[in-house]
Amino acid sequence: MIPQLLLLSILIFFLAKQMPGDAVTGAFMGKPNVSAEQMEKIREQHGLNDPWIVQYGRWIGDAIQGDFGQSFVHKQPVTQLLAGRIGNTIWLSVATLVVTYVIAIPLGMIAGRWTGSWADQFIVTYNYVSFATPVFVFALLMLYVFGFVLNWFPSGGSVDIRIEEGTAEYVWDRLKHLVLPVLSGSLLLTYSTVQYLRNEIIETKMKDFVKTARAKGVPEHAVYRRHVLRHSILPIAAFLGYEITGLIAGSVFIETIFSYPGLGRLFIDSIMTRDFTVVTALVLISGAAVIVGTMLSDIILRMVDPRIRLG
Amino acid sequence: MPLLQLRDVTVQFTKTAGCLRRTMPTPPVVDQLSLQLHQGEMYGLVGESGCGKSTTARAIMGLNQLAKGQILFQGDDLSKMHRSSRKLRMKEIQMIFQDPYSSLNPRKNVWNIIAEPLRNFERLTRAEELKKVQELVERVGLNAESIYQYPHQFSGGQRQRIGIARALALRPQLLIADEPVSALDVSVQAQVLNFMKEIQEEFDLTMLFISHDLGIVRHMCDRIGIMYKGRLVEEGTIQDIYERPSHLYTKRLLAAMPEMNPEKRLEKMKQRFRINEEYELANEQFFDSSGRVVEMRKITDTHWAALK
Amino acid sequence: MLTIHNLRTSFRIHDEFHPAVDGISLTIHKNEVLAIVGESGCGKSALALSILGLHPPERTKIEGTIEFQGQNLLQLSTAELNQIRGKRLAMIFQDPMTALHPLMIIGRQIEEPMKYHLTLSTKEKKQRALQLLERVGIHNNEQVYQQYPHELSGGMRQRVLIAMALACDPELLIADEPTTALDVTIQAQIMELMKELQRQSQAGILLITHDLGVVAEMADRVAVMYAGEIVELAPIHTLFHNPLHPYTRSLLHSLPSSFGQKGRLHVIEGMVPAIEHLKRSGCRFAPRIPWISNELHEVNPVLHEIAPQHFVRCVCHQHFYLPTERIGDEINASITAT
Repeated sequence: MIPQLLLLSILIFFLAKQMPGDAVTGAFMGKPNVSAEQMEKIREQHGLNDPWIVQYGRWIGDAIQGDFGQSFVHKQPVTQLLAGRIGNTIWLSVATLVVTYVIAIPLGMIAGRWTGSWADQFIVTYNYVSFATPVFVFALLMLYVFGFVLNWFPSGGSVDIRIEEGTAEYVWDRLKHLVLPVLSGSLLLTYSTVQYLRNEIIETKMKDFVKTARAKGVPEHAVYRRHVLRHSILPIAAFLGYEITGLIAGSVFIETIFSYPGLGRLFIDSIMTRDFTVVTALVLISGAAVIVGTMLSDIILRMVDPRIRLG
Repeated sequence: MPLLQLRDVTVQFTKTAGCLRRTMPTPPVVDQLSLQLHQGEMYGLVGESGCGKSTTARAIMGLNQLAKGQILFQGDDLSKMHRSSRKLRMKEIQMIFQDPYSSLNPRKNVWNIIAEPLRNFERLTRAEELKKVQELVERVGLNAESIYQYPHQFSGGQRQRIGIARALALRPQLLIADEPVSALDVSVQAQVLNFMKEIQEEFDLTMLFISHDLGIVRHMCDRIGIMYKGRLVEEGTIQDIYERPSHLYTKRLLAAMPEMNPEKRLEKMKQRFRINEEYELANEQFFDSSGRVVEMRKITDTHWAALK
Repeated sequence: MLTIHNLRTSFRIHDEFHPAVDGISLTIHKNEVLAIVGESGCGKSALALSILGLHPPERTKIEGTIEFQGQNLLQLSTAELNQIRGKRLAMIFQDPMTALHPLMIIGRQIEEPMKYHLTLSTKEKKQRALQLLERVGIHNNEQVYQQYPHELSGGMRQRVLIAMALACDPELLIADEPTTALDVTIQAQIMELMKELQRQSQAGILLITHDLGVVAEMADRVAVMYAGEIVELAPIHTLFHNPLHPYTRSLLHSLPSSFGQKGRLHVIEGMVPAIEHLKRSGCRFAPRIPWISNELHEVNPVLHEIAPQHFVRCVCHQHFYLPTERIGDEINASITAT
C-alpha cells in the first residue's frame, strides 16, 4: 500500500505542476494592479521556483506530518480546511452507500429470482436508464423538481445556519439536506449492484447445491434466502470497497450541484482558483481512499468466503 | 536401449505462505520415479487421483519443471537439451488429453486443429497440407468432408478421434494418453479403445497409457506400473499384476474393482474387508517411517514391487 | 412403495417439447435396490429429477403419474412436495464437489432437513448430525461438523451427502451416479457403506448409474434405458446371465473387464440419437443393429414379460446376434452340417 501511495503522490504532484498557471496566478487573478515582478517575488519567497523534486520532497515531508500547506485562496491551513468539510462528505457517502444497497439488493433479488417476469423487465429497464443518465443531468432534474418546483427539500447547503447545533431539530435539518443529494447519487449508483446480483442469482440458482437444497425439502423462500443469496452476495460484498471510487467521482458533481459543503465541491472550487495545495491534498486523499477501498474489498472477501480465508 | 527412460524424476511445486510471502516447496508430487518404455510397447500407468500420474505425463511433455532427475528420450536427456533442438525432438512425443470437450479449440475447424502441429514443424504447401489432413481424418474414421466442421458438431468419441488425428499428424514415436476414455460413455469408449489399439499396431507406436481404470488397462496394456503418492509401488506384466499382485496397495486397487458377477458380491465384499484390515495392520512393511513408499525390489525379471 | 406409471418428461428445445423420458412405468419396493442403467442422454437423470420435482417448471412438461405411498407426486404443490422431499424421499447427487453449499459448514447442511421436517431443539439437531456423520464412517465428526466442504476430500463429501440424505430416515433414497466422481477405492467404500445403510434402514434405493460394475455390486433389479425408454427390466442375476435385449447385450460386450482376454471390444454401430432428432415410432434401437431387417422388429414395440419379472422391449432380440456371437454360431452350424 505504501509504495502505491508514494507513486501516486509523485504522479499527482507532477501533474499538478504541469497545470497551466500556479497558486500565485490563481491568487491574484483579476487583480491587474499586481505586477509580474511582484508575483515573481512571491513565487521566490514560497519556493515555487525550486526544482520540482525539492518542492516534492518538502511537500511530501510535511504531508506525512499532516500538513498540506496553506491554501492561497482561503488563507488557512489546508488541513484545517479539509477537516471542516470531510465530515460532510463522509456523511453523504455513507448515506448514499446505504441507500444504494437498500434499493439495489431487493431489486437485484427480485430480478434474479423471477427472471423474465414483468418485474424483472421493469428493473432491467430502470437499470439501463440509470446507467445511461449522466449524474449532473439527473441531479439538476431532482434539484429543479423537488427543490424549486415542489419545494419539499432544501436546495443547497448542509444545514440551516440559524439552527442551534446539537438539538434534535439540527439533526433533522441535516438529514433533510441530505435527501436530495443522496437520492440523486444512489439512484444512479444502483446499476452495478443490481446487475451483478441479478446475474449472480441467475447463475447460482442453476447450481447443484440449490438442487440439493430443494431435494432436502427446503421451502422456496428459504432456498433463495439461505442458499442462493448467500452465494450471490459474495461479489457484491467484495465490490463494496470499489464502490468508494464511484462515490468519490459522484460526490464532485453532486456536491457542486447541491452546493453541499464537502470535499467534492472544494475540489472543483480549488481547481477553478488554481489552489494548488488544496487540489493535490484532495487528489492524494481520494487516491488513498481508493487504495484503502480496494484493500477493504479484499478483506471483506476474505471474511465472507471461507475458501479464500484459508488460502 | 529403451525409447523413453525416466530416472529419479522428481516434480515439486512451490506455494507462497506466511506473512513474508516466502515460497515453500510442497511435498513432491512425483517422487524419484524411474521407469522405462520400450519401443512398441503399451505401458499402463495406474493410480488414483492425486498420485502424480498426470504430472508425470506433463513432465515428459516438458510442461512441468523437474526438481531432480532425468528424462531420456532415445538416450538423450530432454531436460538438458537446448530449447530449439528440444522443440524439434518433442515432435516425436505427442499427447492425447482426457477431456475431448475442452482440449479442442472451439473456434477452429478440424482442418486447422489437425494442421496446427504440421504448421509448427513442417513447411507444406496448402495442397500438401490438405492432402495430409484428409488422410489423417479418414484414418481416424471420419468423413473427409468433416475437416470444415467445428468441434461442437461432433460427438465425444469423434472429438477424441480428432484429438488422436492431431497427435498422429507428425508421426510421433511416443504417444502419451492421459485418461483418454474416462469422459466417454461405455459404448463410445469401446470404439476409441479399439481404435487406439489399431493405430498402435499400424504406426508401431510406443504408448504411455494413463488411467485409473484397471479393467481398461488390463485390456490395453502390456506392462503396468501402479503409482501411489508420487512413486511406483509395483510394476510388471499383466499376469504379474493381476494374477500375482505383491504390494498391498495393488491388491487393494484390484479388490476395489467392481465385481461383474452379481453372485460373487458377498465374496468380494469379504475380500475387500480382509485387505483393508491387512492394509491398516501391515502398513510399516510397505512404507518407511515418514510414510514414503519404499524402494522397489525385484521379484522376477519383469516384476518389481515396493517391499522391504 | 413408489409406482411410476407412463411417465413422460419433456424439455423445451427451440420452443418445442421433446420427451427425454418417454413412457416409463416402474415400481420400487421397500428394501429393494432398483438400478437404472444407461448411457448419457438416455433419460435416467431426467427420470430421477422428475420424481423429486426438481426440473425447472418453465422448461419442462411432465405427464403420467408418480405414486408415492398413495399420493401422486406430480399433483402436489411445491409446499406439499416439500413435506415429502428430504423427509420420506431423499436424494444423493452425483458430484460431491458441487452438491454441497460452499459457504455453509457441514453441520448446518446436515441439520437443514431436520429443521424443516422434525421438531428438534438445536442441541438435539447437533447431536443427531454428529451421529449421522459417525454412521457414514466419519469418526472425527466434531471436527468435520465445523468444516466447510472445500476442506474435505471427494470421498468425505460424498459421505456427507449420504449423511444429509439420511437425516430424516427416508423411506426411499434416489442416488444419481453416487460414485462416478470418485476414485475406485473410495467408490468401493461408498458402495459398501450404502449397502450397509440400506440393510439397516430397510429403505428402498433407486440407483441411477452408467456403470454396469456398480449395478452388479449393488442392485437387486435392473432397468436398462435407451433413448427415453426402458428396453429391459430384470432381476440382477437374470440381467447379467441371460440378457436379452440387443442393447443390453451390446453394452455388456463393450466392456473390457468382462473379457480378461484381449480381443477387440464390441462396438455398437452409430450413435445415441439426440432427443430432438429421435424417431418416436418403431424400435428405437433398430438403426444401431442394421443387420436385423425391419420385419424382425415390432411396429410398436412394447415390453414383453419373457419370464417372470423379466421384461424385454420389442421382439427383435429373438433374431439378434452380436457379430462375435454370430461367428461362433456359424462355426457351430457348419460343424453340425458336416
